[in-house]
Amino acid sequence: MATALAKAADSTPAVDHAARIAHVSKSFVTPAGQQLVLDDITLDVAPGEFVTLLGASGCGKSTLLNLVAGLDAPSAGSIETPGGRPALMFQEHALFPWLTAGKNIELALRLRGVAKQERRGEAERLLSLVRLDGSYGKRVHELSGGMRQRVALARALAQDSQLLLMDEPFAALDAITRDVLHDELTRIWRETDLSVLFVTHNVREAVRLAERVVLLSSRPGRVAHEWRVDIPQPRRIEDPAVAELSVEITEELRGEIRRHGQH
Amino acid sequence: MGSTDTTAPKDTAPRDPAAGDAASRSRTAAGSPADPGLQHDLAGLEAGLDALDTVQTGRTPLRRTLVQKVLPPVIAVALVLVVWQILVWAKITDDYKLPSPTAVWDEVADAWAQGTLLGYIWTSVSRGLLGFLLALAIGTPLGLLVARVRFVRAAIGPILSGLQSLPSVAWVPPAVIWLGLNDSMMYAVILLGAVPSIANGLVSGVDQVPPLFLRAGRTLGATGLRGTWHIVMPAALPGYLAGLKQGWAFSWRSLMAAEIIASSPDLGVGLGQLLENGRTVGSMPMVFLAIFLILIVGIAIDLLIFSPLERRVLRGRGLLVKS
Repeated sequence: MATALAKAADSTPAVDHAARIAHVSKSFVTPAGQQLVLDDITLDVAPGEFVTLLGASGCGKSTLLNLVAGLDAPSAGSIETPGGRPALMFQEHALFPWLTAGKNIELALRLRGVAKQERRGEAERLLSLVRLDGSYGKRVHELSGGMRQRVALARALAQDSQLLLMDEPFAALDAITRDVLHDELTRIWRETDLSVLFVTHNVREAVRLAERVVLLSSRPGRVAHEWRVDIPQPRRIEDPAVAELSVEITEELRGEIRRHGQH
Repeated sequence: MGSTDTTAPKDTAPRDPAAGDAASRSRTAAGSPADPGLQHDLAGLEAGLDALDTVQTGRTPLRRTLVQKVLPPVIAVALVLVVWQILVWAKITDDYKLPSPTAVWDEVADAWAQGTLLGYIWTSVSRGLLGFLLALAIGTPLGLLVARVRFVRAAIGPILSGLQSLPSVAWVPPAVIWLGLNDSMMYAVILLGAVPSIANGLVSGVDQVPPLFLRAGRTLGATGLRGTWHIVMPAALPGYLAGLKQGWAFSWRSLMAAEIIASSPDLGVGLGQLLENGRTVGSMPMVFLAIFLILIVGIAIDLLIFSPLERRVLRGRGLLVKS
């Protein structure tokens, strides 16, 4: 595997990146032949940074996230995540229905090697972090969509990884719940030393959350443009500054999409 | 606005990249005490959303369970008894071919009075359950191997599902020849009947595990055996339980076939022998008694063990639809 998953020991000096994606390409074999999905992507996520990856469908943003998560290997290039195996959140909550909310989190702790007697307390702490105190014994089907994603977030945090990968985690939620979860995610990101790489096709969401927005072009995915978002947090999705930057980014995104219709 | 600088300030406070981890850890304390008013708002909003969206589930009250679940089968059984008695009164056939319900009941009372009734049942049930447990111990790892190892699946998967359609009574003659007329021959027949269905149930359970669970498990570090134990097995449990249920039915059927065909004084009298004895002595009430007991034991084991287990698993996962 070309990916170097260098585990950072506690004693090593702090690294200057939470993820380093260097010249990564990925192609799949399809009936139509080799298809290049990602082309020479180079992208760093700094420790504690919040980056959103934005792109139309077919830009390979989920593929890139899978590569960073180590679920798949790049065809070329290298990916380093010095903080260990990154945590990953999906669009679907992916909670295990045979376990309660609390036990889902405890499974992540157990697989990380946390001692048995510490797991319960740590799970309660994480539930409290996502404001679900008292939901320890709840079954997954007893929770609302928003609550499930918060438990999923708590479970991802239980991995104690420095890097959290999020694959359109709020896309299936209603607008009000999504808005609340944006606030929650921002709060938790600021309270922890987490770096986040967040994939979305929603421009406003990208601007609402990120310190840096990276636009990928489609087929193959390339880094097309980057914006630094200097609007102070906590932001609101309806802030004029958010809207203004969103308009600019949307124009760029539309331009990228238009290019595909021209031939 | 375009910038490719990766060491950015979180919030508005500039962050020194050289200070790295320590600086970012202290972010909350120093950086942004995030206005408490807004945080309070958010907590309240969230609590409201949670309350609005939460699904309320409760158990059905006992009275409704009785009316909806217990009453219909009781009525059905009563109806069968009534029709049966009418047929006897109408003398549609000879007495020795169709005994009256009371004659069968007398047979039950006799066997009970002699203290042999429970003996018949226990002989067969203990054999059946022990055989089933053996089948479980063999079928589970076998199913897991077929489900997870591609070569094994290609090699024996089709044979395993083919074996399910082979009536296990076909195994009785060879089992008698190989093992003789003893308990091990009974167990061999049970195993050959039940192992394929238990293994197949597990295979289909594993095949139906949503790939998302496997991916989620892998990101949490559940790979290899840990993945099998923590993710694949529990996720496959509903299909596995269905296989166990069917496995029990096959165990019981195979055992009855074996007991009817192979009788020997050494084997003791189980329900299958009881049925065969009834035929030999020409006692239709005894034959009916044996058939009823075979049926009732099969149903009882299912109702007492497998159905509650299955309901519990499905209810825990929110898969039990209330009508």
